[in-house]
Amino acid sequence: MTSAQRDLNLAEEGATAATSYLTAGHTLRSWLTTRDHKRIALLYAVSITLFFCLGGIAAALIRLELATPQGDLVSADTYNKLFTAHGVIMVWLFLIPSIPSVLGNFLMPLMIGARDLAFPRLNLASWYLYLAGGAVILWALLAGGVDTGWTFYTPFSTMFSNSHVVLALAGVLLTGFSSILTGLNFIVTVHTMRAPGMGWFRLPLFVWANYATALILVLATPVLAMTLVLLAIERLFQVGIFDPALGGDPLLFQHLFWFYSHPAVYIMVLPAMGVASEIIPCFARRPVFGYRFMAYAILAIAVIGFLVWGHHMFVSGQSVYAGMVFSLLSFMVAVPSAIKVFNWTATLYKGRITFPAPMLYTLGFVGLFTVGGLTGLFLAALALDVHLSDTYFVVAHFHYIMVGGSVMAYLGGIHFWWPKVTGRMYSEAWGRLAALVIFAGFNLTFFPQYLLGYAGMPRRYHSYPEEFQLLHVLSSAGAVTLAVGYLLPLGYLAWSLRYGRPAPPNPWRATGLEWQTTSPPPPHNFAQPPVVVRGPYAYTDGAP
Amino acid sequence: MTPAFHLLPADGAASATRLDSLALCLLLLTGAVALALLGLMIGFSVRYRAGSKADRSGARAKDLGLELTWTLIPLLLFLGVYAWGAVDYLALYRLDPAAQPVFVVAKQWMWKAEHRGGRREVGELHLPLGRPVRLVMTSQDVIHSFFVPAFRIKQDVVPGRYTAISFTPSRAGEYHLFCAEFCGTEHAMMTGRIVVQPPAAFARWLTAGPRQPGMAARGFELFRRYGCSGCHAAGSTVHAPDLTGLLGRRVHLQDGRALTADEAYVRDSILLPRKDVVAGYEAVMPSFAGQVGEEDLLAIIEYIRESGHDERAARP
Repeated sequence: MTSAQRDLNLAEEGATAATSYLTAGHTLRSWLTTRDHKRIALLYAVSITLFFCLGGIAAALIRLELATPQGDLVSADTYNKLFTAHGVIMVWLFLIPSIPSVLGNFLMPLMIGARDLAFPRLNLASWYLYLAGGAVILWALLAGGVDTGWTFYTPFSTMFSNSHVVLALAGVLLTGFSSILTGLNFIVTVHTMRAPGMGWFRLPLFVWANYATALILVLATPVLAMTLVLLAIERLFQVGIFDPALGGDPLLFQHLFWFYSHPAVYIMVLPAMGVASEIIPCFARRPVFGYRFMAYAILAIAVIGFLVWGHHMFVSGQSVYAGMVFSLLSFMVAVPSAIKVFNWTATLYKGRITFPAPMLYTLGFVGLFTVGGLTGLFLAALALDVHLSDTYFVVAHFHYIMVGGSVMAYLGGIHFWWPKVTGRMYSEAWGRLAALVIFAGFNLTFFPQYLLGYAGMPRRYHSYPEEFQLLHVLSSAGAVTLAVGYLLPLGYLAWSLRYGRPAPPNPWRATGLEWQTTSPPPPHNFAQPPVVVRGPYAYTDGAP
Repeated sequence: MTPAFHLLPADGAASATRLDSLALCLLLLTGAVALALLGLMIGFSVRYRAGSKADRSGARAKDLGLELTWTLIPLLLFLGVYAWGAVDYLALYRLDPAAQPVFVVAKQWMWKAEHRGGRREVGELHLPLGRPVRLVMTSQDVIHSFFVPAFRIKQDVVPGRYTAISFTPSRAGEYHLFCAEFCGTEHAMMTGRIVVQPPAAFARWLTAGPRQPGMAARGFELFRRYGCSGCHAAGSTVHAPDLTGLLGRRVHLQDGRALTADEAYVRDSILLPRKDVVAGYEAVMPSFAGQVGEEDLLAIIEYIRESGHDERAARP
C-alpha cells in the first residue's frame, strides 16, 4: 500500500487525521528530509525490520546446518560467516537501535510534553549514519563476508582472517556514531525540554530507562570506536597493538571490546525494562510498585554495568584477582535487575488485570528475562564459568536476555503504541496468537541450548559429536516455530494499516501524556502545550 | 566413545564433582525463585483478573520495608554463591608443587602435547589417574581454548604467553577435548581425545613409542646452542643470575618488585630480558624473541627446572 493511499483513507476520517504527522507530507522527499521525530522513528522502524529479517535468515541457516552433526549444508567457512553476519546485524543494526531509536524516538518528546527532540536535524543525521553503516556492513557481507564472529577477537581478526574485516569495522563504526548522536539528543531533550510541572520523579520509567541508555551510548560507544580503529591500524599497517607476534597484547583488545560490549547489553535491555514498566501498570490498572526504587534500579544497572566487563574473560588468562573482583561486581548488578522483576510482579497484586496482546508480550518478557537473568548467576560464579564459558549455555543465556527479553518487549511496545503511531487498531486475536507462538517457539529454540551447554557443547561449531544431536534438532524445530511467530506480526500489522479500525486517542485508558493527544499525533505533538500536575501511573484501582 | 547423550558429562576430575554440587545448588536456588515468581505472576493474574470479585482494598504503591527485604536477601544469597565460586576458581589456578607439568602447544587447528620425559603426542593427551597435573599452555598463532567437559575445565591458550590450569583426573576413560575459542575455518575440527590411565599403564605408555631424549636433555642442548650457558653457567665470568632451582623461587627485581619465578617469568626473561631485571644485575642480556620456537622454549624451561632438582639431589 502506498502512503498516499493510506493518507487518503485517513483523510476520510475527518479533521483529526488530516492534521496528523503522517499527512504532513506525501512525497518520498518529505520523508527523507523530515525533521519530525515521529517520522524519523518510522524510518528507523522500516530499516531495522529489514535488517532483522536479514539477521533472521542467517540464524535460520545456522539452525538448519546444526540439525545434523555433520557439516553438510554449508561449508565451514560459510558457517563462520553466517554466525558473524547474524551477530553483527542483530547487535548493531537491530537490537541497539531497536527500542531507543524507534519507540524512544517516537515517544520521548510525547511523554515529556515536548514538541520534538532537542536537535531534530541531528536526529535525522543519526538515521543517515545508521543507514550508511548498515550499507557498508551489507557491502562487506555481499563482497564475501566476515569470519571473525561479532566479537572480532585478535589476533585472529587482525593477522589471520582472510575476510572483509576492515569493511565490516567501518560499518560498525558508522552505526556507533549514529548511537552517540541519538544518545546525546535524548540526554539534552530530557534535561531541557520537559513540560511545565514534569519534574524528574514525574518522568515515566520509559523515559528514565532511555535516559540511562543514552548515558551508556554516549560514554561507552567512543571506546568501541577507538578499539575498532586500533584493530584496523594493526590489520592494515601491521602496527603491533594486539598481536603478540608484533609486540601487542591480545587481552588488551578483549578488555577494550567488552568495556563497550558489556554496557551494550544494558543498551539493549534497559529500554525493554522501560517498555514493561509502561505496559504492566496500564493493564493491571495499578501504579507501578515502588516507582522510585525502579528509577534508582535503572540508574544502578547503568552505572554498575560499566564495571563488570571482565566477566567475559574469566578463562582468558586475565589475572585471577581481576576475575574475583569482576565476579563480585557481576553479582552486584544482578540485584537491581532482581528488584525490577519483583516490582513488576508486585504491580499485579490487587490489580484489575486484562490480557490484550501487549500485556501478553510483556508478561512473556518478564518470564524470559527472569530465566535469562537467573542463568546469568551461573556464569557470574567463577568456577562454574570455567566450565560454561564459550558453550551453548552462554548462547542460551544471552538469547534469553536479548531475544526473549528485548525483542519480546519491543514487540509488546509496538503493539501497545501501534494505535498511537498509525492511528489504527491491529487485530487483537492475531496479536495474542502471535505472542503465544513466539513465546513457545522461543523456549523450544533456546531452552535445549542450556542443556547442550552444560553437557559441554562448545559454541561456534559447524559440526559436532553425535550425542548432541537430539537437543540440536529440538532447538532447530523451535527456530522454525519462532520464525513463523515473527512473520505473523509482519502480516497482521501491515494488514491493519489499511483495514484496521481507526484508533481513538487513548484506546487503553493509559495515563501517559502521549495518550492525551490525537492518534496519530499532529506534527507538533500537542495542540496546547501540556502542564503536568501529578506523577505517572495514576491508575486507580476499581475506577474504570 | 559411546554416542549416548548424558546431561551431565562424566565427572573425570575431582573438581568436576565439586562444580556439579555448586551448579545443583544454584539450580535449586534459582529454580525456587523462578517458580515462586511464576506462581505469583500466574496467581495474581488469575485472582485479580478484570472480572473477578477479589478484595482489592488496601493495595499500596510502595512499601519500603518490603523493597529493602527483596534487595538485601538476594544480595546476601549472591555473596554466598560468589564466595563458593571464587574458592573453587582459585583452586584451579593455585601453584601446586606436587602437580606434574604437561606442556600443550596449540596451533590452527591441532593440539600438540609434550610430557617431561620427552614423549610427544598430537590430537591426544594421556594423563595418569589420581595424580595432580598442571597444564602449561601456549599458542603459535591465534587464541585457542583448552576445554574438557568431563573435567569441567577450560583455559584459553594465548599466543605470546603461558596460561596454566591444574586438576586431578579421578576416573579412567576417554574424554572429549574441544577448542572453545573460535579460531578460524576448522575451529570445529580442533578436537582431540583425553586418555586417563591408571599410573602403571600411563608409565608404560610414557616409555613406549619412539625413543627420544627427555625435554630437559633437549633443553640442555638448546641451552648450549643458543649460548645461554656462556653467561649463566656456574664458571662464567659474566655477571649473570644463577638459574639453579629458579622455578618456584622468590626473585627480587631491580625496580623493587618481587615475584615467584614460574614458566611465564622464565619465558619473558628470554624473550623480553629488560622486562624483569633481577636486582643487582645489569640489563645486558640480548632478547631471543623470534629466534626460539615455542616448543624449544618449553624444553629450555624444563632444563632449568631439572637442573635445580639435580642440585638439590646432589646435596647431602
